[in-house]
Amino acid sequence: MASTRTSGSRLRPYRAVLASRARSQRAYRTNFALDLGSSLLVGVVELAEVWVLFTNVTALGGMRFNQILLVFGLADLAFSLADLSFGHLDNLPDFLRAGTLDAFYLRPQPILLQLITSDISLRRLARAGVGAAALGVGLATSGVPWDVRTLVLLPLGLVSGYATFAGLFVWAAGLQFFLLDGSEMTNAFVYGGRYAATQPASVWSRPLKLVFGFFFPMAFTAYLPAVTMLGLPGPDWLPAWLGWCAPAAAVWSWLMGLLCWRWGLRHYQGGGG
Amino acid sequence: MSSAIDTSATGTSATDNSATDNSATDNSAIIEADGLTREFRVRDGRHRRLLTAVDGLTVRIGPGEAVGYIGANGAGKSTTIKMLTGILVPTAGRVLTCGLRPVQDRRRLARQVGVVFGQRSQLWWDLPVRESFRILAAIHALTRAEESDRTAELVEHLELGGFLSVPVRQLSLGQRMRAEVAAALLHSPRLVILDEPTIGLDVLSKQRLREFLISERRLHGTTLLLTTHDMGDVERLCDRILVIDHGRLAYDGDLPGLSRTVGAERVLVVDLADPLPDLTLPPAPGLDGVRHLSSEGGGLRQRLAFDAEHTTAAKVLAAVSEKAEVLDLTVEEPDIEDVVRRIYAAGR
Repeated sequence: MASTRTSGSRLRPYRAVLASRARSQRAYRTNFALDLGSSLLVGVVELAEVWVLFTNVTALGGMRFNQILLVFGLADLAFSLADLSFGHLDNLPDFLRAGTLDAFYLRPQPILLQLITSDISLRRLARAGVGAAALGVGLATSGVPWDVRTLVLLPLGLVSGYATFAGLFVWAAGLQFFLLDGSEMTNAFVYGGRYAATQPASVWSRPLKLVFGFFFPMAFTAYLPAVTMLGLPGPDWLPAWLGWCAPAAAVWSWLMGLLCWRWGLRHYQGGGG
Repeated sequence: MSSAIDTSATGTSATDNSATDNSATDNSAIIEADGLTREFRVRDGRHRRLLTAVDGLTVRIGPGEAVGYIGANGAGKSTTIKMLTGILVPTAGRVLTCGLRPVQDRRRLARQVGVVFGQRSQLWWDLPVRESFRILAAIHALTRAEESDRTAELVEHLELGGFLSVPVRQLSLGQRMRAEVAAALLHSPRLVILDEPTIGLDVLSKQRLREFLISERRLHGTTLLLTTHDMGDVERLCDRILVIDHGRLAYDGDLPGLSRTVGAERVLVVDLADPLPDLTLPPAPGLDGVRHLSSEGGGLRQRLAFDAEHTTAAKVLAAVSEKAEVLDLTVEEPDIEDVVRRIYAAGR
């Protein structure tokens, strides 16, 4: 009882901020509906891009349209949820310029945790909906066997994908301490990474496989779990059993993210190391 | 360790003994800085050079003191505050705030320190003031009872009742500053640091804020450290003044001592009904030591300088009123920049 109360009260500050953010976003209904609508549109356009591609080819990188839908759905759902809860880390340069990051130092919580829970973008729920729909259709039509492997890999892949993308956002935020105007550069990797994640990694060139297969482990968020679920052979350098290593990719992504964040924070405070 | 710091402290403070020490059991310093130094690498054209923002600051501030920390822009005030609160890591030297190491013990320290940045809001701009307080209460883990008691106290003393449900972005500057102060003090910190708290405020708002800080200190024994460009703040609120210049401590003592050191004068500007020659001539009681600086409009407006240590604006005004009908008046405070410049010049 006592322990639940302490953990409850430890979470209270974060809950209080998040609840107020969520409330303020829904306060203006029309505005919120428009936000949801535009977010939905972005998701649909990106899905349409895949569909347009497949009106010209029947298979890409050894995958049919239905199978690509599975990859797209996994990646987009995981990314949208990470974007919803971590996307505002992009705003760090604004905080740095306005000096408002200092306010976080004056509160008795870890800086990164405060920053993560400082906002939530509910409008991205619409885009997550597109991802979820694509995933549903993909699962139903791509011929995934409904065995234990799929039942384990599906949640494992989603959670790991979510965490991998979240780590990427933290990595990008850490770099902002050095770049100040560098969100363009880091966005290239974050949003480029999202785009890469929705594609079959089998079409990538070798340098691309190194960058988005391993350094930014995007192949692990959707393509590799999908390949494993479908029982397809993996391409060069990316064997199918790697699908089971999605959690390792998430750990790697966070390791890199936290290291970068720590490094950035040190730099901000004036080189403690 | 602390004794070493005590002996090395500058010790010129006239208020060390008279400080309102309401915690006989807890005599440990609230701020203890020893050789605190911070350098920045700045780009100067093509070259990089080292800028020393704070240079070997050694100072001890006891519980319950009210200290004005003054200096010109860029003298190192904000850098010092950031080192005291764990935002910046010192390049050299040591500092303990509330007995804690600011950087390493930042989260514990945050529970004991409240900071108000005059120019930067710590409130949620799109939320009503009341909701900001609720979130901050959760952040500082106040119990429901503590939260409602303290909020009620602050709302009453800072007169926030009229705009508690208004989003912060819609508040006037005066209202926002009062809300900022309440937010920084919600968790009843032992040390309150105010960075330019009265900047841009009208006379009435300034006065309200000062009165609140005085009562807060009296009621709770809160230690105050404030940076300001407003001599009025220093006079009303502070019993000790630290002047920092080019990162170095240039003065540590009380206000009369500061005025003595620099001979800062205040200036009474009077607008008269009829033009008159120099009001200080012939000499009259109440106008001793008052200097005539200038006349405009053939004597319709006269500027009279007086030493705040020997007389008051009211006395000078009374003496002037004996001689002439005064239509309007203003009192010019000694400019802090000027005070600092004089101190710097005196130290050469």
